[in-house]
This record gives sequence, C-alpha cells and structure tokens, in this order.
Amino acid sequence: MKRLKVMKALLAVCLVLGSLFLLQQLVMPKYVRGIVEGSLVASYYEETTPHDVIFIGDCEVYECFSPVTLWNEHGITSFIRGSAQQLIWQSYYLLEDTLATEKPAVVIFNVLALKYDEPQKEAYNRLTLDGMRLSRTKLEAIRASMMPDEKLIDYLVPLFRYHARWSELTWDDVRYLFGKKPLFHNGYYMRVDVRPVTTVPEGKKLPDYSFGDNAMAYLDKMTALCKENDIELMLIKAPSVYPYWYPEWEEQVEDYASEHGLVYLNFLEHQDETGIDYSTDTYDTGLHMNLSGAEKLSRYLGPILRDTYVLPDRRDDPELSEVWAPKTAFYEQMKADQLAELEQFGYLKSLGARPPDQP
Amino acid sequence: MLFTSYSFIAFILVLFVIYYLVPRRFQWMLLLLASYLFYFLASPEYLIYISLTTVSTFLAAFRIGRLADAHQSHLAAHKSSLTRDERKAGKEALKQRQRRLLVACMLLNFGLLAVMKYTNFALANVNGLLQAFGSERQLAFLNIALPMGISFYTFQSMGYLLDVYRGKTSAQKNVFRLALFVSFFPQLVQGPISRYDELAQTLYGPHKPDWTHISYGLQRILWGFFKKLVIADRILVAVNTIIRTPEEYQGVFVLVGMLFYTLQLYADFTGGIDITIGIAEVLGIRVQENFNAPFLARNITDYWRRWHISMGTWFRDYLFYPLSVSRPMLNLSRSARRKLGESLGKRVPVYLCTLIVWFATGIWHGSSWNFIVWGLLNGVVIMVSQACEPLYTRFHQRFQVKERLAYRAFEIVRTTLLMSAIRLFDCYRDVPLTFRMFGTMFTTPNYGQLFHGQAMQLGLSGADYLVLAAGVAIIVASGIRRKPGSMRERLEPLPAAWRYAAMYLLLIAILLFGAYGVGYDASQFIYNQF
Repeated sequence: MKRLKVMKALLAVCLVLGSLFLLQQLVMPKYVRGIVEGSLVASYYEETTPHDVIFIGDCEVYECFSPVTLWNEHGITSFIRGSAQQLIWQSYYLLEDTLATEKPAVVIFNVLALKYDEPQKEAYNRLTLDGMRLSRTKLEAIRASMMPDEKLIDYLVPLFRYHARWSELTWDDVRYLFGKKPLFHNGYYMRVDVRPVTTVPEGKKLPDYSFGDNAMAYLDKMTALCKENDIELMLIKAPSVYPYWYPEWEEQVEDYASEHGLVYLNFLEHQDETGIDYSTDTYDTGLHMNLSGAEKLSRYLGPILRDTYVLPDRRDDPELSEVWAPKTAFYEQMKADQLAELEQFGYLKSLGARPPDQP
Repeated sequence: MLFTSYSFIAFILVLFVIYYLVPRRFQWMLLLLASYLFYFLASPEYLIYISLTTVSTFLAAFRIGRLADAHQSHLAAHKSSLTRDERKAGKEALKQRQRRLLVACMLLNFGLLAVMKYTNFALANVNGLLQAFGSERQLAFLNIALPMGISFYTFQSMGYLLDVYRGKTSAQKNVFRLALFVSFFPQLVQGPISRYDELAQTLYGPHKPDWTHISYGLQRILWGFFKKLVIADRILVAVNTIIRTPEEYQGVFVLVGMLFYTLQLYADFTGGIDITIGIAEVLGIRVQENFNAPFLARNITDYWRRWHISMGTWFRDYLFYPLSVSRPMLNLSRSARRKLGESLGKRVPVYLCTLIVWFATGIWHGSSWNFIVWGLLNGVVIMVSQACEPLYTRFHQRFQVKERLAYRAFEIVRTTLLMSAIRLFDCYRDVPLTFRMFGTMFTTPNYGQLFHGQAMQLGLSGADYLVLAAGVAIIVASGIRRKPGSMRERLEPLPAAWRYAAMYLLLIAILLFGAYGVGYDASQFIYNQF
C-alpha cells in the first residue's frame, strides 16, 4: 500500500516536471525565422566528426567564412562557433565547451570582440548562451556574461525568461518543439543578396583606445588554453568596413600576437589578395560578407591554414567525405533557394531582409 | 528580498525543510534566526532599529508585568490589613509607575518611527513655509533610509506593550521569544499587525508536520502569487502610464486609472497577505486574516471592517477608544453638550476622535500630504455617513429596499467607487493635482477616447487584457464562493487528484501568465512602502 502511494507520488512528480519541461520547450524561441542566429551555437552539437579548424567569434566569423568551401577546395574540416555580438568571454567558454569533445589543430579567433570589456545586452547574451549545452563551462559563461539585472536561474530554467511568449506562439513553436530546422553550414550563416558599400564611415574619436583589462584577460586565458592543449591560435580581423577598426586597436593586437608568437591576419589589409569587392561581396553595406565574399575569404584562408599549420587534405577520407557530401548538397540547395527567392522578390524576404529600395 | 524574488522562494523552501527537521523545541529559534537573516539581507543596519524596539519593548513590558505581579503579591500578603483607600492608593501608585514606563517606551519607539519616517517631510514643509514668507534659506534634508517594516513592527510592539499595561496579556519573560514576535519575517514588511495573545498561541510551537496545514499553506501561497504576479504586476504598467503622465491621460483615463489602481492594490495587498498567511500556515502558525471580501462592503464603515482589518482594529483599540475616554475628550463632551445641546454636543468628541484617528491612519501610510488628505477624507466620509444615518434609516423604512439585490449591488458599487476615488490620493504626486485630475473626470470626460484605440496605448496588449479579465473572473468566483467556506475548504472533499490538479493549474497560470522576470519591473508590494 505504502509502495503504491510512493509510486503514485513519484508518477505525479514526473508528470508535473515533464509537463513543465514541455511548456518550457514550447515557449522557448525557436529562431527559425527572422533572427535565426539564436540557433547557431546549438547547431554544433549535431556534429558527428571532429574538425581541423574551429573559428570562434561574432558575426565577423559566422558570416565571413564558409566551412563548406574550405572543405570542397582544400579538404579542411572546420566549424564556426560564433553568434551575434559574441563577447570574448563567451568565445572563451565556447572554446572550452568545444575542447570537451574534440581537439582541433587550429583555433581562429576574430579580434573585434576585444572592444567590449563588459556585458552589453541581455538579448545578445541569450542568443549565445541559450544554445550551449548545460555544463560547468556554461555556468561560468553565464556568470561572466550576465547584466546586473539578470539572474542565473533565468538561464537554467528558461521558462522563467520566456514565459511571456505565450501570447506570440506560432505553429513553428509546435513544429520545432524538439527538432531544429537546419539553417546553417557548420556554423556559417549564408546570405546571397547584395547591398554594396556606399560610404565608409569614419571612426568616432574615443577617450581611450586601450582594450579593457577584462577582455585582455580572456584573450590571455584563450591563449593559455590553446597552449595547454597544443592548439595553434590564430587571430584574425574580418574585412568588415564597420564597426570601425582603429589603428590603435590594430597596433595592440599586432603587439599581442608578436609577443605570444601568434599569427595575426587582418583581412582589411589584404583586399587585393582576397579579391573582396565591396560592391558585390557584402549584403549589408559592408558590415558582413555575403556568400560571394565568404567564399572568397575562405579560398584565400585555406592555403594559409594548410601551409602555416600543415593541415592535411582530408577529401580522400571516405568517412569524412560521406559526412560532408550531404552538407555540400544542403549548401548548394540553400544557395539555389536563396537565389530563386532573390529572383522572385528582389530581396530575401524569408530572412527578414529589406527591399532594395528601402535604406 | 522581495516576496516574489527567486531568492525569497528559495529561502522559504529551505526554511520549510529545515523547520521540520530540527528538534521541535528549536523551531521557534530557527524562525528567529531566519527572520533576522531576512532582515539582515535587506540591510544590516536595520537590525539596530528592530533590536532597539524589541529590547525597549521587552524591558518596559517586563517591568510593567513585574510591577503588577509585585502589587498582586503585596495585596495577597496584606489582604486583611489594607484598607480600601490604601488598596486604591496602591493601585494608583502602580498605574502611575507603569504609565511612566509605558510612556517612556512609546515615546522612544514612536519617536524613532517619527524621526525615521517624517523628518524629511517636516523639513520639506518648513522649507515650503520659509519660501512662502520670502526667505531664501532652505533646510537640508537628512539622508535617512526608512527601515523595512518599521511602521508594522512598531505598531505590533506597541500593541503588545499596551496589552501588557492593560493586563490583557502577561509579559513575555524571554527576550528572544519577544524578538520573534516582533520580527516574524512573513508579516514583517506588510503585516498583518498581529496581536501578541493571538500569534503567541502558535508562534512558539512545537509543530509536527501536518500535511493538511502544509497543503493549505502552499495553496494559499500560490493564490497570493497568482494575485500579485498575474494581476497586480500586470496592471501596474497601465496604472503607471496613466498617473505618471497626467497631462496626457485625463478625463475617462483618470476613471480607468482609478479602477485599475483599485484592482492593483487589492491584488497586490491581499496577494501579499495570502503569501504571509500561507507561509505561516506551512510552519503551523496561525496569522490573523486581514481582509474579508472588502469589495462586498455596503458602506465605508463596513469597508474598513473588511479591509486591512488588523490596522483598523489597532487604531480602534489603541487610539480611538483610549482617546474617546480620555479626560480632555470627556471635558470636551461635557462642554459641547452644554453649549450645543445633547444631540449635537455628544457627537463633537466622537467626530474629533474620528478625525484624529484618520489623520493618524493617513500619516501612518506615508509621509506626504496626499496620505494625510486621504486619511482625513476617509474620516469625513465616515462622519457624514454617521450624521446621515437617521436619514438612511427613514429611507430604508419607507421604501423597504435594503435587502433587495439591486439595492445591495448599488450600495456595493457606490462604496467601491467612493473608496476608489479617495484612493486617487495614493496615485498622483500631490494633492492639488489629485483634485484636478479627479475634476477632469467630469469636466472633460472624453469617453470616446477609450473606444478609439487609446486603451491599447496604456502599455497593455490585447493578451494582457485577456489575462486580466480571466484573473479577475477567477478572483470574483473565488470571492463569491468564500461563503460559507473558503475555496480551499470547498475543494477539500474532492478527490485528491482534483485538488492537486487545481494547484497545478494555478502554478501553471503563475508561471506562464505572471508578470515577472526580464522585461518586467520587479514591483515591490505597495504596502512594503508603508
């Protein structure tokens, strides 16, 4: 009798917890339309094979490099662990998270995030952190990223954060309750549309050009982590024309790279070699690259990676070829779909782009 | 720690577990520890004030009690030898000595409350006067942080002291037990203002875990959270939009703001009290009810018997009654009867006492003229209502409508509207603005604005209005079902699965529809500010 009671109580607890979990899954944003970047971080956990190269950083990596191009043209396996306005401590913890499952030969970090020394916005934090798998590393990433009015428990129980979405639920919330819609190509966010650079903004004068102590401390930690794991760390600056990249910042990164024996590649200074044409290779007037720009940068970067870090061409590996074949097909399919949409509407409506006549 | 914060919820959950794990004789000590920890987390310096009140009240009450005991022993020992005059003189002497202690302790504690709460208000008024008389001199304000719950615990302590003085209750011999009575954390910040003889019956335990109490308590806590998070904190946005931009929202919006604020205050305050009573219930402690369906009141006196009952009875028992039978009032009564005649003369001291009590009630709520005017208006309405009582009686006898449903509904609506209108003084920043805004309801009502989309610009979406409507419907339904038994008692005979399903649905409603977390301002309970 007592056993039956205990069983009933346990069943009731399971039902309550189960239904609360379902409710939480339902109200959590699915990021399958409009702002899809919230799905970037979680997409890494679907990977089944390791990578030679891991990119980490913000939109300047996930919109500027194409892992599929690196694979198809150089046989390099790579993944981009980036998300919108990903702060350097988030990049550090994502790297730690990555190293828990694999050990890449090279880690490429985009240095724009050094400009931020403290948490910026809750919404961006969520885009990066919600997708991370629960671990001690995630807890530390949350603690490092929280704005003053944020609470740890809101990350651990996202229902507390997203409960108010009940009034804006759509069919997508039911459809993608557990599964995710494939949207990215090893962390690359594809855009085929074009919006050329019209003006190159001048940087505003800053009171202090030194990178913050916190940001630099995380760069140190990242360097140390790579060294500990025998991984080559490469620093890059993507060729976005804004946010403005100050010469004083450039100098600090160059000094840091030479002090720590790291390769640093500023793509802004290699326009001729990469072939980037700001009238055709960006989809948002120079902030991010489009597919054409990303492929050009990847084609340029591939030989550098191969030669500098002696990365093998793995295209002969049957297991990897089998994994990358559907990736390539999906890549080509999305490219064709976007081009068709562009043809039909003149802009990428499904990705929330504006018509060309709207500024 | 706000009652609705995650940390508070964690705090009480941990306390509930430890409370029933420690040996029962230590339960009250654990509660004292928890109460002081709760207070310490608000601000360590607040502990000084609450400790001062506790120790001074303990010492005064203890001494008053000892004096009474000594007097009784003396009487018992010399029963046969004392003359009636000697006994009377002895009693007089005792009362005088007790009174001195009582007055000293009350001066200290009410003085502390006055300094902490009203100094800057007084300074602002002095500055206003200086400015009015053309002086350029302005007094600097003091940087005083009002200790959390000081109005509540001071009144509760002084109530206890007066009870000991009157011989209604015996003095507590253990300062730590008294400290728990003064600081019992669930009721520290917004009441109820408990009476010692009632609360002490269950406060010190021991308490065995009783699933009925625990389950009732948890249900009450959930119900409180529902009112606070789903209704009060949701409607808060619209109330703030209206009252913070009076130049934009006038006429019909003042009426909307008035009704919304009434709903907000009700859900906020009764929700907070539900949480307080629920926590106490889980701990096996009985805290008195503070509300009894106030919006079913048929007149303002009835309303004040149903709203914030513990405060109303405190003022009645410890201010109104003693004031009414005080020597100056008796003298005034005699003189007024002589000069104004029996009928009017006997009312003068009653009216004066009423006004004094309502002035005190007003200023207890806050150090501003808004609250003073609010209190005095309540007093005036009660006085007018008492003065018109014979007219009402004649009207009721003539038309026989008193028990008709429509007339009862009219009385309820009238009382609610009247109380809501007076509550406008809680809302606007000063008295003249409140009168001006109230006036716009009649001078420029513009009712059409409500139906031209402006109701959707108050910060609430259609979904918010839907949730509010459903929440109010649930509250009304539960209010109607209060009689003859509470909702919980009516649920009791149902199979356990149904009861738990009701609790579960309430939990889901709070989690899903509650206005909490990022994107919402964590609103403290309105009565925390008093």
